[in-house]
Amino acid sequence: MDLHKIFMLVNEATLQTFEMVVFSTVFSLLLGLPLGILLCISDPQAGIKPRPVLYQVLTRIVNALRSFPFIILMILLFPLSRILVGTSIGTKATIVPLSIAAAPFVARIIESALSEVDSGVVQAARAMGSTTMQIILKVLIPESMPALIDGITLTIINLIGYSAMAGAIGGGGLGDLAIRYGYQRFRPEMMAIAVVVILIMVELIQWIGTRLSHRISANR
Amino acid sequence: MEIVLNNLAKTYKTSHTSPEVHAVRDISLNIPSNGIFGIIGKSGAGKSTLVRLVSLLESPDSGTVLYDGQRVDNLTGNALIQRRRCIGMIFQNFNLFSSRTAGQNISYPLEICGTPKAEIDARVMELLEIVDLADRRNVPISTLSGGQKQRIAIARALANSPDILFCDEATSALDPQTTKSILNLIRKIQAQMNLTVVMITHQMEVVRDACSQVAVVHDGSVVEQGAVKDIFLHPKNEVTKEFLANLAPETDTVVSDRDSIVRWSDGGGKYVLRFTNRLTDEPVLSRMARKFDVEFNIRAGGIQELPASRIGTLITDISGKPEEVERAVAYLKAEGIIVEEA
Repeated sequence: MDLHKIFMLVNEATLQTFEMVVFSTVFSLLLGLPLGILLCISDPQAGIKPRPVLYQVLTRIVNALRSFPFIILMILLFPLSRILVGTSIGTKATIVPLSIAAAPFVARIIESALSEVDSGVVQAARAMGSTTMQIILKVLIPESMPALIDGITLTIINLIGYSAMAGAIGGGGLGDLAIRYGYQRFRPEMMAIAVVVILIMVELIQWIGTRLSHRISANR
Repeated sequence: MEIVLNNLAKTYKTSHTSPEVHAVRDISLNIPSNGIFGIIGKSGAGKSTLVRLVSLLESPDSGTVLYDGQRVDNLTGNALIQRRRCIGMIFQNFNLFSSRTAGQNISYPLEICGTPKAEIDARVMELLEIVDLADRRNVPISTLSGGQKQRIAIARALANSPDILFCDEATSALDPQTTKSILNLIRKIQAQMNLTVVMITHQMEVVRDACSQVAVVHDGSVVEQGAVKDIFLHPKNEVTKEFLANLAPETDTVVSDRDSIVRWSDGGGKYVLRFTNRLTDEPVLSRMARKFDVEFNIRAGGIQELPASRIGTLITDISGKPEEVERAVAYLKAEGIIVEEA
């Protein structure tokens, strides 16, 4: 296999991984952000709108989804992919289980970031006559921005790992490349290249995330 | 705005196993309009719960809260939010938004009411001038000192022109000098804006320096209340007496202030006498007066308890013939008293 071929393969796989990670990040945030906010504000002890029953139900769902081994969750969600994307194999189809698997993780991360906001500050906002929505949008989210960015960085890095696993069951991307060429066809150099590309991706994301959150903290 | 509390009670149950905590039991108070009312109590006395009930952050288990005769403790939803927007509140820990600059903190209460941008800008500038921090509009909160943070918090509390200002231990995190300047600011604002100010504190100094009336809270109940002057002159309850006993004695830093208040006798010199340990128990001054042809008059005094010793300070006039006074002073020095001419 010549260099050009290797380059083409790696290039295609990288783009697929990129596609999976970007879209599943967006969708898992869309699902997880409201869920995390709901968890934070409905907390029976510390929430601004305590709703014990709702909180218990959400907590159970989130815990159940988080304890599912990803590979099993993916297989279970194949039918859903077929309904939403029209197919259960390929990069696009993988985005569905990836997003759903990451959503509860995002929810917990958002919840913990938001609940770190000083309760006195929230009390002050309440005493000034803020509505719940105003507290969420103008106090909780801006005040916890550095922690939120750290959390989103962690989510993206987790999704890079998940997407490599998704490759094993037909999702494509760098994980798929490493398994099909590196493992099944005995090409350790392909495995090495795939791992190095993933490593660079993770480092880059972490670097950007850390810088962003530091920059915000430093200006406070 | 007049605030009336009728038989307020609030109980907390922290967990199923722990006993109930009666944070507030049957408190009735009448907080007159347009003045500074102090509520003093030790930590755990129930004053934090009381302020949360009066400021509508929590609703009581029983009893009522009336603002100008109108019941407010049962407000919910939008009515409650509108009512809270006419209340200003400042806190021990300032509770400013770290994600906003000083100016943006002040604009928050205006933003949530949908005030137009231009109006907000003008109002923020006006408030910054009231609290004397006009040059700090665009700085992050973390760059401000404690006193400056509390000034910004005061400006934020006043943004919507409230008719009530609650101060929840507002000076407890500040040093004595800064406390004085914050109290002066609150007094100035109170007079200018016809505010009803309610100060919750555990410091008798705050009551002495700022309040016209005070209620002493202990174990969830009001044990004594009245005009600050009367409470200082005739404290009845043990808790009140304890607060007065612990009132910081006049220290050196205020001696210079005293000059303007105390009229020194024309003939006599003024002396600051300092004693340590054993001497604080002995009648050295009367012995001096018997021994020499001088008269003395005590202007101010106090005893500071240090971990290992006690130091007494007396500010005294000693009058008489100059040579007699000189000999008397020499006698005091010989007795081991440190004598300074003030």
